[in-house]
Amino acid sequence: MKWLLLCFITILLLPSVDSWAKTIHIVTTTEDLAAIARDIGGDRVSVDFIAKGVQDPHFIDAKPSYLLKLSRADLFVEIGLGLESGWAPTLLSGARNGRIQPGSPGYVRAADGIALLEVPTGRVDRSAGDVHGEGNPHYWLDPANGKAIALNISEGLLRIDPEGKAVYAQNLKRFTERLDAALLRWDAAMKPLEGEKVVTYHNSWPYFLKRFGIKAVDYVEPKPGIPPASAHLKQLIERIRAEDVKIIIAEPYFDQKVPNFLAEQSGARLVVLPPSVSTGGGIEDYFQLFDHLIDTLTKALQPSGVR
Amino acid sequence: MKISFSFFFIIVLGIVSPVFAQERFAAASQTAPNATQRFNPDISLNGLFAAAYFSEPENLQFGAHDPSDRGFTLQNLELTMSATVDPYFRAEGHLIFGFEEGESIVEIEEAHMTTLALPYGLQLMAGQFFTRFGRLNPQHPHAWDFVDQAIVNTLMFGGDGLRNPGVQISALLPLPFYLEILGSVQNAKGETAMSFLSSNGETFAGRPILEQAVNEAEDMLSMGRLKASFDLSETLTAVAGTSHLFASNGTGTDTATRIHGIDFFIKWKPLMTDHGWPFVSLQGEAMQRSYEAGAATLDDGTTLPRETFETEGFYIQSLYGFKRRWVAGLRYDLADATDPADPRTGDRWRLSPNLSYYPSEFSKIRLQYNYDRSDDLADPIHAVFLQYEFTIGAHAAHSF
Repeated sequence: MKWLLLCFITILLLPSVDSWAKTIHIVTTTEDLAAIARDIGGDRVSVDFIAKGVQDPHFIDAKPSYLLKLSRADLFVEIGLGLESGWAPTLLSGARNGRIQPGSPGYVRAADGIALLEVPTGRVDRSAGDVHGEGNPHYWLDPANGKAIALNISEGLLRIDPEGKAVYAQNLKRFTERLDAALLRWDAAMKPLEGEKVVTYHNSWPYFLKRFGIKAVDYVEPKPGIPPASAHLKQLIERIRAEDVKIIIAEPYFDQKVPNFLAEQSGARLVVLPPSVSTGGGIEDYFQLFDHLIDTLTKALQPSGVR
Repeated sequence: MKISFSFFFIIVLGIVSPVFAQERFAAASQTAPNATQRFNPDISLNGLFAAAYFSEPENLQFGAHDPSDRGFTLQNLELTMSATVDPYFRAEGHLIFGFEEGESIVEIEEAHMTTLALPYGLQLMAGQFFTRFGRLNPQHPHAWDFVDQAIVNTLMFGGDGLRNPGVQISALLPLPFYLEILGSVQNAKGETAMSFLSSNGETFAGRPILEQAVNEAEDMLSMGRLKASFDLSETLTAVAGTSHLFASNGTGTDTATRIHGIDFFIKWKPLMTDHGWPFVSLQGEAMQRSYEAGAATLDDGTTLPRETFETEGFYIQSLYGFKRRWVAGLRYDLADATDPADPRTGDRWRLSPNLSYYPSEFSKIRLQYNYDRSDDLADPIHAVFLQYEFTIGAHAAHSF
């Protein structure tokens, strides 16, 4: 008991390391949010993230080292809508950091103000698989939503670091203008694909597809999070042929056996698309993500590339 | 000791008071999915059942949530509610429903509030809770990787695990790696503290447990724990800890029990996983108990001397999530006693391979075989379990 007390007193006397630092520490749940936070925060911030772009953000282990990151964060940014519900709550409550708890100035839910898709209206239950009760969480994949995400992050930064107001406002303006210009370019590049039909592995692309006028006629998963049985695959193959679907989209972290099989049997082409910025994987920022996605998709659909 | 005990609370008060004075920013939530769900806590109901076959009808399953009879067992039906109380606390409650000798019973497994925003990396937990000793004791039965409790846990903490009302303070140290220090004070009485004051009417090593009042700090259960974690690589993480318990026990007026434990957990999981698969984990815990039993004269005139009993045991287990939805497990248990109420019983070891299938995150089907060998029995006991589980309602986030 006595040694325990001694330890606690020692801790109380230790100066808080973070309170001396002037840089604002931002921790985001995903690399997409980290990329935007870097653009908005500029030199005033250091940005760290939890889920790497190559990882499926639904299935991250709540490692103690992540908890440590959150304990030292000044600003925490998450996608929300249940995407991180398997791990972020454990990290947040274990982090003992009052600055970043939901409701505190240092907490940012990036979804605020975004027109969400697939918000369930009637009764929701899990016979429908892993449905997200507040709407589909993959909203960062419509590049236009990047503006709202950036705005939410800049507002968060402003709350905890009012001195940086001019810098954040300028960075936000620059980011928004850059994104507006890129949107024109991306919309033009994707124009030939308007009206195309695709099949996606998981229902994770509705924002992206809606943006560019592409329709997902079906999914490899019969229900979100539920692996396909052979009867579903058989139907899917018929449907791909009947509706002239040229492309099957799958994230790199899913088992590629099933989508490969589907592509072989149906004649559609499997396109593996990364859904996130990945600094380790050569996609350095939010702009490069869409450059890469659009480049890959348009190449896959060039006349010589199909069938 | 009494002085330091009250000092503990003064420190705690000193930490808490400035937090309440702080102004909090209130964020307006823009998207409330469903007006009726606002302010409701997350609620879930977990049902855990098993069908069991034992080669002998009499067996050695002492865990209160272990399947212990041929036939069907309700291992636990757990109602959980949790929510943020206000900007300062989170709270959760876990009520267990079950059968005891044919009667339906309710147990208050856990109900505690935890601070969210103390300074200096501190966190305070108060209420009724599982003592955060090692890895297995704080786990609820549906989170176990095997159908039954590890032998060493049953020996040291009894069938229901070590849990009682109390307070815990923990701190995350400002170091470059994860090091958490925990200390708790809880009541030492009742059947959920069987190695300590326990309950009047029980026995330990043949000695009756006496009725005990709380006279001094030693009559409260104190725990200290250190927990460290390292990411050995992007895909390999290790956690290790030591835990220490001290309190009086019920066999005398000046007798005490000490329990020490060490634990580790290593998990490998590649960056790219298909819905969390594949993965490999290795986990183990070893415990050592030193129980000073008082002298006693039994009703039949037998006298038992004052004596210290040393009990030791460990388990080591590995899981291999080899294919999406599938996990294979193997556990080895060894302890130098068989009966939790009698440390003089013989050595016991057990080998348990199992195979779990997860249709989704909300259901589980598990097949397990136990080869169970005790010095007290001429023959080993073979057991086969088929366990099945459902969760409806909210899904709690996983801890590591």
